[in-house]
Amino acid sequence: MSGPSFRYIRAARLDDALSQGARQGATYLAGGADLLPLWKAGLAAPTEVIDISRLPLSQVSYAGDALAVGALARLSDVSAHPVVKRHHPMIAEAILASASGQVRNLATIGGNLLQRTRCTYFRTDGLACNKRDPGSGCGARRGESRHAALFGGSVGCVATHASDLAVALAALDAEISCRGLTGERRLALQDLYPLPGATTAPDTSLADGEMITAVHIDGAARFAAQSTYLKVRDRASFEFAVVSVAAALRIERGVIAEARLAAGGVAPLPWRLGRSEAALIGRAPTGEAFALAGELAVEGATPLAGNAFKVPLLHNAVIRALQTVGEGS
Amino acid sequence: MNPDTTALPLADEKHLPMPRIALSMTINGARYDIETASTATLLDVIRDQLGLTGTKKGCDMGGCGACTVLVEGRRIASCLALAASFSDAVLTTIEGIGTADRLHPLQAAFIRHDALQCGYCTPGQILSGIALLSENPRSFEEIREGMSGNLCRCGAYPGIVAAIAEVAGL
Repeated sequence: MSGPSFRYIRAARLDDALSQGARQGATYLAGGADLLPLWKAGLAAPTEVIDISRLPLSQVSYAGDALAVGALARLSDVSAHPVVKRHHPMIAEAILASASGQVRNLATIGGNLLQRTRCTYFRTDGLACNKRDPGSGCGARRGESRHAALFGGSVGCVATHASDLAVALAALDAEISCRGLTGERRLALQDLYPLPGATTAPDTSLADGEMITAVHIDGAARFAAQSTYLKVRDRASFEFAVVSVAAALRIERGVIAEARLAAGGVAPLPWRLGRSEAALIGRAPTGEAFALAGELAVEGATPLAGNAFKVPLLHNAVIRALQTVGEGS
Repeated sequence: MNPDTTALPLADEKHLPMPRIALSMTINGARYDIETASTATLLDVIRDQLGLTGTKKGCDMGGCGACTVLVEGRRIASCLALAASFSDAVLTTIEGIGTADRLHPLQAAFIRHDALQCGYCTPGQILSGIALLSENPRSFEEIREGMSGNLCRCGAYPGIVAAIAEVAGL
């Protein structure tokens, strides 16, 4: 199994990489955990592969409750980092739930956020998919829709985003730094992922040649003691989420002062559950409050024939995650 | 698309001969200086070019773990690794783990616990297990979770977990 030929270029400096990566047909290689399977399956056919894996973008730093993780840090290094384990255990949990040890040692933070959807119609050449072949339609809407989105989909695409890490990061209001030929910008993680249109479904809002350089979480360590990442999947390990929930609470004098909830496996991007969060504020962390959050989490869901089971699953997963977090408070 | 049998270069960009690159690697203590296709995976270089066929190709998609090798002691799926990206890397394959006379303790434990039948996944299981042992698993559950990247079609999982647990002192 192998794909078409490409030129291999190892970028010596970030500036070199940015100009090389902006060329037509070029793509960046970090760990290769997603790019190589896509290339072998004929779903990616770069003419130039720009290897950025040795650029100095893999540091993890923490100062003044601001965490910065270089985009080229390996998943295994981030989940094992003492600062991450101590201040953001939910990130470590999400990473450890996300793949096997062999993959976590290759895969990078940036690559994980940019991994392409696992939708069967996208991953199978020849099936209708607007994401792979704009204008060809969406096979999943009327076909095998078990893994399709409950929220944020369109008539043109119901693919879900597969990253566990992104769900935990979204719950913590993470931002990303991106670099391109025109300079650097910082944006909310959610803004990296555009919603699909009627005939197109771009993965990201990155410009050609633009790369993620770092992930930032500012001032969220207060959730460390009461946070969890719950992943529901078809087998106990090394499997993508059917539904996942990142939950964090801050409880003051027996009342929920802050709540963060995001869901995975249900939308084209990590899906913040804002109505559930708002409903929890000011309430005691009781079963009643959690049940309300569960109900609000599934409001507005638009299930298809094959994924209606994910509505009660998400409802229950939100409650379960909140029970886990609320215990002992 | 075997680079050695590619016809004369054509003008069409899609039919250019496979670009080749030079790379050096240290595998099991021996240094290799080779030239290979820019598109070659680490797995294909190890098996087809260097003849170290103890490393197995199973799914070729990062799912089964048969191709597991160690890079500076850390396990990776070599089918997901572009060889060019690993120039100057220090690797260990199953050929560098124990010998018939002097088995690695985990190899000996696999035999004691009947942790294999057909043996195809075993090199990957052994390397993955050695890497997992260096991460100090503290329970059978952590071993099961830590070995989830290695599939065994014969279903020797109970023996595999027991062998690793024994070496871990659990």
